[in-house]
Amino acid sequence: MRKNNQTTFSSKYWLLILAIVCVILMGLSFVTDGVNGPLRAIANYTIVPMQKGINTIGMWMNDLTQNFETLQEVRAENKELQEKVDELTVQNNLLQQEKYELERLRELYALDQTYSDYKKVGAHVTANDSGNWFSSFVIDKGKKDGIAEDMNVMAGAGLVGIVTEVGPNWSRVRSIIDDTSKVSAMLLSTSDNCIIAGDLALMQDGKIRFEQLPNNDTVIEVGEQVVTSHISSKYLPGILIGYVSEIEVDSNNLTRSGYITPAVDFQHLQEVLVITSTKAEMLAE
Amino acid sequence: MRKIKRPLVTVLIVIICFLLESTVFQSLSFASITPNLLIVVTASFGFMRGKREGMLVGFLSGLIIDVFFGDLIGFYALIYMVLGYVNGFFKRIFYPDDIKLPLILISASDFVLGNAVFVFLFMMRSKFDYWYYLGHIIIPELIYTVLVTLVLYQIILHINQALEAEEKRSASKFV
Repeated sequence: MRKNNQTTFSSKYWLLILAIVCVILMGLSFVTDGVNGPLRAIANYTIVPMQKGINTIGMWMNDLTQNFETLQEVRAENKELQEKVDELTVQNNLLQQEKYELERLRELYALDQTYSDYKKVGAHVTANDSGNWFSSFVIDKGKKDGIAEDMNVMAGAGLVGIVTEVGPNWSRVRSIIDDTSKVSAMLLSTSDNCIIAGDLALMQDGKIRFEQLPNNDTVIEVGEQVVTSHISSKYLPGILIGYVSEIEVDSNNLTRSGYITPAVDFQHLQEVLVITSTKAEMLAE
Repeated sequence: MRKIKRPLVTVLIVIICFLLESTVFQSLSFASITPNLLIVVTASFGFMRGKREGMLVGFLSGLIIDVFFGDLIGFYALIYMVLGYVNGFFKRIFYPDDIKLPLILISASDFVLGNAVFVFLFMMRSKFDYWYYLGHIIIPELIYTVLVTLVLYQIILHINQALEAEEKRSASKFV
């Protein structure tokens, strides 16, 4: 009986001690980066390799199922693609010509920055946020590959998110559909600035909300492109975010808000591109 | 060897569940809802093994989530730890053959966890639409978790029973 009492007491104290440790950790990680560093390094050598392993097996199985596609299907697809190649070659030639013209004109204007040629590093998505409340994921590149905090992440042609945590061989990316994400954006056609705010309630519908678009005389139509703005402190300018799908005037009559359809399919992210220059670097230059 | 085996197996279970949750179950999600395996592990160890072990398993589970997906280290660790500890109170009415108590405790734990996340991470950012989050996140996650519990709990129970049998055997050897 006495022994039983002792164990309950000590586990009570343990709870108290660990709770205090948790609170201290929270406070420390809020102020400095000192706690996260060692923990990230431990995770780097224990859990991350296993995540990568599972991911490799998953991709291998994916490849395997694709192998079962019949020859006929592949042939039909090949024919289709060949036609597309021809079509695109013609188009490409035209574009090449226009590109030379553009370069010439740019030189004339002395525009020294073209936003299309940011340097990028490819990475695989190895794990997704385990909970259902937020949307972030882990990629298999980290500090050793030159990844740093606040680097922008793209997939295909669109913006995916931003690097928020970096470990030696992994880093965490918060996607722009996450409830805590806010991106300063602008409409490509009118250069009006707005805020793209992620919302959990819209995450499942594959939409993102934009707000605080000035209610001026410009007409904005459904389908217009929304890109990252020049005034953002963390996002590089000119990256495509998505297309306007709904727009309405707010009840204050000063601003407009609505929804955009993101250019990226967030449900099936496998490979992403990390832009290895940050806005802070760009501003420092 | 005997003493180290149980902690080793426990840590392994936690890590495997975290890995499954963040990789395999992401592709098995219904309407982008994934089950919470770590709450199943935490609660199970709580009512199977008592307060102290539930608390430690909860702390470890929460810490792993914090390192990978938390903004503040220690937030999930604290919640999971308290849940594991509270589940430990039910050890005295726990019988391995009865599946009702584990199901009730695990769903209650998941429900409390969901509400805690809502209060501390959403309400604090002035997002008050509780009924939406209840209907679209908390309850679906609870149902999916209960479904997974039916399988996962049996596995954890068997591992635990095997370990306990072995411990008993080696303890009786010394007597």
